[in-house]
Amino acid sequence: MVLEWPCLFLVTQATTELRFASRIEAVDQAATAVAEFLSGAGVSEDVIFGVDMAVREAVTNAVLHGNKLDETKFADVSLKSSPGSFEITVHDQGQGFNPADIPDPTTEENIMKTSGRGIFFMRNFMDEVDWTINPKGGTTVRMLKKL
Amino acid sequence: MAELNISERQSGDVTILDMDGKITIGEGSVALRSAVRRLLEEGKKKILLNLAKVGYIDSSGIGELVSSYTAINKDGGELKLLNLTQKLQDLLTITKLLTVFDVYESEADALASFK
Repeated sequence: MVLEWPCLFLVTQATTELRFASRIEAVDQAATAVAEFLSGAGVSEDVIFGVDMAVREAVTNAVLHGNKLDETKFADVSLKSSPGSFEITVHDQGQGFNPADIPDPTTEENIMKTSGRGIFFMRNFMDEVDWTINPKGGTTVRMLKKL
Repeated sequence: MAELNISERQSGDVTILDMDGKITIGEGSVALRSAVRRLLEEGKKKILLNLAKVGYIDSSGIGELVSSYTAINKDGGELKLLNLTQKLQDLLTITKLLTVFDVYESEADALASFK
């Protein structure tokens, strides 16, 4: 069976799970899915902008840095709506990393670096961001936005 | 339609790039990089980026703005930004890059500021 990406695995009223091949196009596809998930939820434009930004950065990290654009690997995205909050998890199949090793891009020595702002944006626009590194491989980032 | 359309104008020795679309990872960032590198190769070192119609930028796009700024400065030129949207201005503020870039709301003022 040939699968078209993204694959929609599960949709309930409050949860959507999606699987993306490790391509840059997954970033736009995931952002579109999140926008659809949030549409009609009465969420402010500022919240939508921030969530969109955080999702794009998380999926970029998953397909580019985690899976290194290896199309045999996937980025799994889960969207969950609860009363008063919206949670996104993005799972990759990469080697993992230590978030504490990511330098602050706003310090004087880093401000002119051309990369390293994605996690900063995720933390800035979401209320909670944490990572789980699976010892057998793969990283899951969980992001929560209070609505 | 391309993710980022770039039109070029000349005002004296300043090249104005009118940008329309998204500066994001992939096509948008590459389009900006290619345009700036080409201008430098042509000896055009005074560059004004008109960002009025840039509706979205991500960390990759911001990295590309920094990369362009550095490349142009290294070549003895100047890069300035015109007509930031409120969102882009907010992103440059939180990343503290608003203190790095020379930003204008008026094209006439921006053009007059080039040495």
